[in-house]
Amino acid sequence: MANYNLRINGKMTQVDVDSDTPMLWVLRDHIKLVGTKFGCGIAQCGACTIHLDGEAVRSCSVPVSAVGAKAITTIEGLSENGDHPLQKAWIEHDVPQCGYCQAGQIMNAASLLDKNPNPSDEDIARGMNGNICRCGTYTRIKKAIKTAAAEMS
Amino acid sequence: MTLIKTTYDRRSFMKASALGGGGMMIGFSWLASCKPGDKASDIPKEWFNVNAYLKIEKNGMVTIMSPNPEIGQNVKTAMPMIVAEELDVDWKNVIVEQAGLNTRDYTRQLAGGSQSIRQGWQSLRMAGATARRMLLEAAAKEWSVPVSELTTDAGTIKHSSGKSMGYGDVASVAGTMTVPEEVELKDPKDFKIIGTPVGNVDAPKIVTGEPLFGLDVDREGMLTAVIIHPPAFGMKLKSLDAAAAKAMPGIKDVITISTEVPEGAEYQWSDTNAFRELVAVVGNSTWQVMKAKKAVNVTWEPDSNLESSLDHEVRLTALVKKKAKEASRKDGNPTLAFKNAAQVVERTYTAPFLAHNPMEPMNFFANVTKDRAELVGPTQTPEFMSKTAAVVLGMPEDKIDIMMTRMGGGFGRRLYGHFGIEAAVISQKIGAPVKLVYSREDDMTQGTYRPAYKVTYRAALDKNNKLTGLHIRGAGAHGSPVFKDRFPAGAVDNYLVEDHTLESNISGGAWRAPRSNFMAGIESAFLDEVAEAAGKDPIDFRLELFDKAINDPVGEKNDYDPARYAGVLKMVKEKANWGANTPGVHRGVSVYYCHNSYVAQVVDLVMDNDKPKVKKVWCAVDCGIVVNPSNARNQIEGGLIDGIGHSMYSAITFKDGQPEQSNFNNYRLIRHSEAPLEIETHFVDNGIDPTGLGEPGLPPISGALMNALANATGKRMYNQPFVNDALVLG
Repeated sequence: MANYNLRINGKMTQVDVDSDTPMLWVLRDHIKLVGTKFGCGIAQCGACTIHLDGEAVRSCSVPVSAVGAKAITTIEGLSENGDHPLQKAWIEHDVPQCGYCQAGQIMNAASLLDKNPNPSDEDIARGMNGNICRCGTYTRIKKAIKTAAAEMS
Repeated sequence: MTLIKTTYDRRSFMKASALGGGGMMIGFSWLASCKPGDKASDIPKEWFNVNAYLKIEKNGMVTIMSPNPEIGQNVKTAMPMIVAEELDVDWKNVIVEQAGLNTRDYTRQLAGGSQSIRQGWQSLRMAGATARRMLLEAAAKEWSVPVSELTTDAGTIKHSSGKSMGYGDVASVAGTMTVPEEVELKDPKDFKIIGTPVGNVDAPKIVTGEPLFGLDVDREGMLTAVIIHPPAFGMKLKSLDAAAAKAMPGIKDVITISTEVPEGAEYQWSDTNAFRELVAVVGNSTWQVMKAKKAVNVTWEPDSNLESSLDHEVRLTALVKKKAKEASRKDGNPTLAFKNAAQVVERTYTAPFLAHNPMEPMNFFANVTKDRAELVGPTQTPEFMSKTAAVVLGMPEDKIDIMMTRMGGGFGRRLYGHFGIEAAVISQKIGAPVKLVYSREDDMTQGTYRPAYKVTYRAALDKNNKLTGLHIRGAGAHGSPVFKDRFPAGAVDNYLVEDHTLESNISGGAWRAPRSNFMAGIESAFLDEVAEAAGKDPIDFRLELFDKAINDPVGEKNDYDPARYAGVLKMVKEKANWGANTPGVHRGVSVYYCHNSYVAQVVDLVMDNDKPKVKKVWCAVDCGIVVNPSNARNQIEGGLIDGIGHSMYSAITFKDGQPEQSNFNNYRLIRHSEAPLEIETHFVDNGIDPTGLGEPGLPPISGALMNALANATGKRMYNQPFVNDALVLG
């Protein structure tokens, strides 16, 4: 066990955990931020997507010891009032069915739009391919990303 | 306007009371209702139990508490919409909450078979209409005017003189009134909420990551557990050495657990699971128990057959070649029809086992003390779980409370609640509150899988290319997938169905649209080939069969309405402009009826660098009245993407009892880049009482896809998943 000082959603937080503990479980078990979801544990489904310095990563495969001073953003910290253009677009297009993967989808999409503010259908398909939606809301996700992109530009 | 009785045998389906702080509350049963003309004796007595509430507060806000499990089918939004419609309130002023559930007070909380809307339709309307009637009677009393002079509009009661008051102003009085014996239901043409697109009520919480799911449950002093199950079906625990694991940081204990019911007690159908004895690792945090699990030394030994997919294939092939002892259905003289046929078309189709893979892995919280058990988590069948928990824990059922959380997908997996029982046994044995968490591998390698199937179709065509005979012989693990009374039964004079069962120790169960998920696609693909052999357009060929089933049906018992069936096919034909040839676009069609709804689909494929790409899917759907068009479309879209994905890519195969896939690196699910670029869905507007949509969108799509692929590549697909034929979508 060791102490780690982490910047999570703009706030410094200290945790005492094993150095190999994935950020997913640090967030869920220790910080009690459960919006980041466990889906596969091997970076194949994207349900656990968070940002490290704005870059989308699979938190199930990032050990706490590798985070260092990087700023961590989770779905809870994506916007102050749940009003990020992507969050609004997700509601506007009535995207969620079961809803479990959607936080990861939104976090991945936010990072995608950061790099490519005006993605084509193909850019979205490629950029979102690491995020599985078992309910199959892919066509709505694509529309919601386009709506958010339009609002942000 | 329809009159509906709220009472049966002098007992009311409803209970009403005034709220302490002002306002009224109505309790009703989600699923109890007397349709006009129904025989009251058909209604089970337990349906009198109250299992849902409607609350109208002094400020006019309406809270509807829904007890139905939400697994993504969106009943938590749709069912309260029905109540609000008849109550005649503004949807803006409606709050929907998940009712606190316990199995003592609630009955039939089950999500399955796309039945929630169909079964709840009348009772939900009745609840809203009853509350509205009581508010009107209370207002009439206040104003000393007859009820007939009053009307309602969006939560306001209006008198013909022009005066008005809000529901909240009179709710306390209404709560003291007698529940009326009969109430009026709206004419569907007057619906204001039903038929409008209403967003998912939980969406704001979902997109901000609020705790909603079973895995998000957290309690003071809660431990975390993981299980270790045998690596292969047909194996059991031989020895356990947990010394190293127990010495690891944060580990509380490593134990063996048994979920076997004691002698004399019975398993519920929902207890389907291959492994009753497991090892559990219990500790302070998820990562600690996951790590310790790897340090546990367990040995296993065979206790029955260790089956392999290659053996299944051999045995299923032998079965579809074998005549059954008895026909499951026989109309006319099939032998003669085939003997006199000018042409016979015969094709065999195969499907593998499939895992459900809901995105939220199985989990359950349990706190079992000496005199009480509290279970919280994602289950579709709490009532059955309660019965099994009672016998396994040795505790009366009235000491067991089960709370349902929102579920991160189900697809049938959470009908089988063994993980809840396992959590309860671990908690009882450890003496602490525990959350059991399955890894993805734990779930995928001990599922209640969609069984492997093989079906042979034979069609006899006479010299005029008329379909004179149809013979379907099906075989599958745990049972044949064939539905003997479904179309084309009733449309063919000489018809024969034979069924075989492959015994297997690999646990199988209901998977989204059971059996239909395979039958719909292969039936559509086969009829396409028969139409081709007959030199007919595939849609015209099917419409001829529906005409036969409408005008001159064969047999007594045909499980579909041929006019509604033909209706969706005609609709998709028109909407997709079937018959217009667009260069580079290859089309396929399918139509199927299951779970009381009719769905026709047309797939438009294009070839992109030699890879097929689904450009567009056209859907025509008849589910009666569409309660919430936004979610209805979402269910159809998701269902067909699910269907494309599983027929293209997914399979669980076995070697010596061991599943060869364990996570998404080797079990392929459809992803963004493989989804259709566009989906266009149309609904038949016929005013018939609504039916479900959680399942019917999935089954037909693989048929439309198979037919479009055949047109695009010249090659027909017979064995799922098609990726095995080196086929992938671009």
